[in-house]
Amino acid sequence: MFRLSDDGLKYVKSELTRYEQKQSAIIRCLYRVQDENGGWLSKESMAHLSEVMDIPVAQIEEVASFYTMFNHKPVGKFHVQVCCTLSCAMAGARELTDAMMKEAGCSRAGETSKDGKFTFSKVECLGSCDTAPMLQVNRDLYIENLTTESALKLVRDLRTK
Amino acid sequence: MAEAKVLSEHYDKKEYRSLEGYKSLGGYKVLEKALKMDRAEIINLVKASGLRGRGGAGFPTGMKWSFLPNNGEPRYLLCNADESEPGTFKDRKMMERAPHQLIEGMIISAYATGAQKAYIYIRGEFTGPAMILEQAIREAKEAGYLGKNILGSGVTVELDLFLGAGAYICGEETGLISSLEGYKGQPKLKPPFPAVQGYLRKPTIVNNVETLAAVTYILRDGVDAYRKFGTEKSAGTKLFSVSGNVNKPGVYEVPLGYPMMDLINNECGGLKPGRKLKAVIPGGSSCPVLTAEEAGKANMDYESIAGLKSMLGSGGMIVIDDSNCMVDLMQTITHFYHHESCGQCTPCREGTGWLNKIVHSIISGHAKESDVALLATVADNMMGRTICALSDAAAMPVASFILKFRDEFEYFIREGKSKVKGQVYGSGH
Repeated sequence: MFRLSDDGLKYVKSELTRYEQKQSAIIRCLYRVQDENGGWLSKESMAHLSEVMDIPVAQIEEVASFYTMFNHKPVGKFHVQVCCTLSCAMAGARELTDAMMKEAGCSRAGETSKDGKFTFSKVECLGSCDTAPMLQVNRDLYIENLTTESALKLVRDLRTK
Repeated sequence: MAEAKVLSEHYDKKEYRSLEGYKSLGGYKVLEKALKMDRAEIINLVKASGLRGRGGAGFPTGMKWSFLPNNGEPRYLLCNADESEPGTFKDRKMMERAPHQLIEGMIISAYATGAQKAYIYIRGEFTGPAMILEQAIREAKEAGYLGKNILGSGVTVELDLFLGAGAYICGEETGLISSLEGYKGQPKLKPPFPAVQGYLRKPTIVNNVETLAAVTYILRDGVDAYRKFGTEKSAGTKLFSVSGNVNKPGVYEVPLGYPMMDLINNECGGLKPGRKLKAVIPGGSSCPVLTAEEAGKANMDYESIAGLKSMLGSGGMIVIDDSNCMVDLMQTITHFYHHESCGQCTPCREGTGWLNKIVHSIISGHAKESDVALLATVADNMMGRTICALSDAAAMPVASFILKFRDEFEYFIREGKSKVKGQVYGSGH
């Protein structure tokens, strides 16, 4: 059974009064639940948040399903999101993603590697077109100006973490 | 005239990020001045400056502000930092390098529009800029630039940061409001416009990051100095995000009206050796593509680009050289809009899917000759028929790609491969 940690509960309580209406806190609270649930939102984790926030679960799920940064099935420890929109595609991002997936042991995007470390997604424009190709791991800072070499090294480095 | 650094004058200085550094370079001086001015006076200056919304639509900012009704209801100011239009990254650079520039512009604009509460709506992926802004908001609060009775003026402005979670459509102002209100980020029918009924159905102004920052400089330097840059109808300077096949991609601030080819060849260092210019997407992926010949005639202002039947948009310029297959680029664009359609209007939800499907069938070698015409028909049926502009934004690039590079689409269908490079990503599957 998923339960938010005490700190997580405190966080949700403080977010509830941050905005004019408490439902505006759903996005930030969903991030917290996702972080505490190993990187994804299960049905029961959203039901739990619904209880804590006292907001109907349908409304929680409506928000969770609309935005791409919420995952609805388990992901690897490192969710590698490679931008594959225009400028990044021109700079070889799609081929690069495939090379990284091969190195990580993922046969396709969305599939988690056997060691549980990696899930890859080809995502839409991350607003970093001058540093193409680029990617984001989980919700960390951007990794930019990738080369095939640096991208494969990143996979190898992350595997040891 | 080359680069004109008004907004970006201090972007290279690392200390400009902090409150101390920003103040040492003249920061928050304009706020002090503004708080002593009459609200109407500020709005009139912004109107007279000719400032137009820098997010994409280019709507006159002062006019937008003047739509606020005088009905005594609380007002809100929202900064649109959802920056998601492919090819655009200027707002991110500003938030990273000059967070206080945005905050000062917002406090002045909130005061001018009578908003006591303001939000920066930032896209969820911008973890770095969000952290920098949160720190800057804390600093500004502690220094008395935010909160109640700012600098003893009696003016109240509260500012908070709202984090999105990945949705292009939240850059549409009513979609942004839906998202801020805690719902799916689906756009709402206009009218009523947000200035009349926006966030929580209260009068609301939504302005882009760059627009709000520009207000400070209009007040600092005056209308005449601001209008020295640019053209009569496109006044001032603008930040352009340039990416694609140039030697020095990045953000460049130039006066509006600056020749497109000068921006490409001078500021951006030109193309790679041996490469020829093929096309330019002038203002983000939703803007119709220009051929190299058209680019040669284009100036970076709203009217010049409109004269070429495209748009200046957000100023997200993507430079495309002759090594690119236009059908391949098209597949990334149609995929984007199909992914980002919010799904509430049928022409957009279905149309973006069809466009993507047809382009994919061309790439994978399963298309018929008549599919080029079909693409054009679908695109045509998507324009002007929906609640917001996403449907048009998806249709316009498709229509322009087919109009200007039709031979590449026909060749791909006939030969089952790219005219430019044989294999492209996903072909032959």
